[in-house]
Amino acid sequence: MTNPLLGGAKRRGVWFEYACLLATWSALFFLAVLLLVILWQGTSHLSWEFLTSFDDRITPEKAGMLAGLWGSFWLMILTILFAVPVGVGAAIYLEEYSADSRLARIIQVNLSNLAGVPSIVYGILGLTVFVRTFGIFSKGALVERLVGHHVEGLYFAFGLHIPLPLKTTVISGALTLSLLVLPVIIVATQEALRSVPPSIRHASLALGATRWQTIWRQVLPASLPGIITGIILSLSRAIGETAPLIMVGAATFLRATPGDIETPAQMLTNPQGVMNAPFDEYTAMPIMVYNWAKQAQRAYQDIASAGIIVLVVVLLAMNGLAIFIRNRSQQHLRW
Amino acid sequence: MPDSMTTEPQFSLTPPTVNRSENAPAPATQRKAKLEARRLNFFYGENQALFDISMQIPERAVTALIGPSGCGKSTFLRTFNRMNDIIEGTRHTGEVLLEGTNIYDPRVDVVALRKRVGMVFQKSTPFPKSIFDNVAYGPRVAGVRDRAKLAETVESCLLRAALWDEVKDRLHDSAMALSGGQQQRLCIARALATEPDVLLMDEPASALDPASTARVEDLIFDLKSNYTIVIVTHNMQQAARVSDHTGFFYQGNLVEFGGTQALFTKPREKQTEDYITGRFG
Repeated sequence: MTNPLLGGAKRRGVWFEYACLLATWSALFFLAVLLLVILWQGTSHLSWEFLTSFDDRITPEKAGMLAGLWGSFWLMILTILFAVPVGVGAAIYLEEYSADSRLARIIQVNLSNLAGVPSIVYGILGLTVFVRTFGIFSKGALVERLVGHHVEGLYFAFGLHIPLPLKTTVISGALTLSLLVLPVIIVATQEALRSVPPSIRHASLALGATRWQTIWRQVLPASLPGIITGIILSLSRAIGETAPLIMVGAATFLRATPGDIETPAQMLTNPQGVMNAPFDEYTAMPIMVYNWAKQAQRAYQDIASAGIIVLVVVLLAMNGLAIFIRNRSQQHLRW
Repeated sequence: MPDSMTTEPQFSLTPPTVNRSENAPAPATQRKAKLEARRLNFFYGENQALFDISMQIPERAVTALIGPSGCGKSTFLRTFNRMNDIIEGTRHTGEVLLEGTNIYDPRVDVVALRKRVGMVFQKSTPFPKSIFDNVAYGPRVAGVRDRAKLAETVESCLLRAALWDEVKDRLHDSAMALSGGQQQRLCIARALATEPDVLLMDEPASALDPASTARVEDLIFDLKSNYTIVIVTHNMQQAARVSDHTGFFYQGNLVEFGGTQALFTKPREKQTEDYITGRFG
């Protein structure tokens, strides 16, 4: 073996390739084992009743996920309402309007930092700002001294009552999750806006369109698939979050849904319930799973597995939708 | 007259005799000037791109701007519709006049200016919309809602851009499906839809094959009876074919400006001669 062409370099290359292959497969292996165990434990409890009944402390067989499903649903709806306008607006400002100033660069760096902040930190923030509203509505605190009497919130027409402080309501949880996903939405939207070629903006401006018309009629439609994909992926992070929701007081055991809306049809037949839902107590899917998993009774472990299956199916559906939108837009748009 | 520029009327049929340095050749024409640059200097940050340009661009004629890459001809073209404003850190001194109005006057509405001074870019940039929506874009952003009026505008602009016969049966198909030459004519039709009287063209045929180039050149020739056209081109044959007047730029200076035929056959400046005979650039 003195021929340098037949030396060890090639063999070392092959070894490296195998090592990388092993690394890939070991990651997939553990994921597969996890999924198999969960499916093994959980499928026997999966049924229509599991999705349509409330939790049960005494008989695990009767425990269901209804409260968590609706709680997570309301959290997502409200998170979209808060985080999407603010996140997309901030991204449009940073990409399309702000000059490349020192301040803009500082904001940009800190956005990336915020995206990496542990979710429990957002939980503490939400507890102070939303759940307790800095304590200014407490007895003898700032608002009472200013107004002269105790204020329990704001009353509007149609029976809408916004309690202040927000306490442990759906709206507190959704606002906290909004803060959590906001940096992700901003960064994803910025990338989508950046992918629209400058030539499109120039062509539009040269035709006498204003900056706003150019953004609204050209840039946003062209970047919409990317923006929606980013929003869905950030929401699928939010829907699996447990820690911040525990901090802001999501109930671990609850036999009620927000606004007492228990079927999709009631969304239409019970408008008062829809109005009340954001200000109601709630629990969420990952919270229920966490609660079941720490019960002493063995049977609750299997219920937790069934809950995980439901959560994972919802997550995969959301990610699938994001991939579908991305692929569809790639077929339609090429620059 | 040391500097009669400020005292002269804004337009005269006999061009002003001021500022006749080496860089400011005699105006090429007795026609009325549509556009005029007066002692224009232009800067990208610290870099000066244009040096003391004075030039009158005659109405209803084709004026070609030629010169090697980086000579400032595109920058000069973009001052006429203030597209340079988009780039951060640019500034200028001097004036650019459209029919006697300084377009850099702070009171000038840039949006209104760009409707009067249309622009066609080097790379065709159809919007990812239908052919109809592409042409109707300018009128729509200007607030036209009437469908019949939009349809009329689209048809007449596509006719003037010599594209109507090829696309009249598929106006609602995506513009992205057109060929490169068709896309460029669509961009010309789109620019006509805002009813401009000046058309700026930045190397409009440089990305096209010879047959498509010929069609665009024919189109430019047809359009000049109604529009004032300024075209930037790398291709000297093209400048000679389509233009009435030619300005030669070199390193940010306007070296020579005159009738196209005169400039190409009897250039006054050595640099012009070297460039058009292919000795550099």
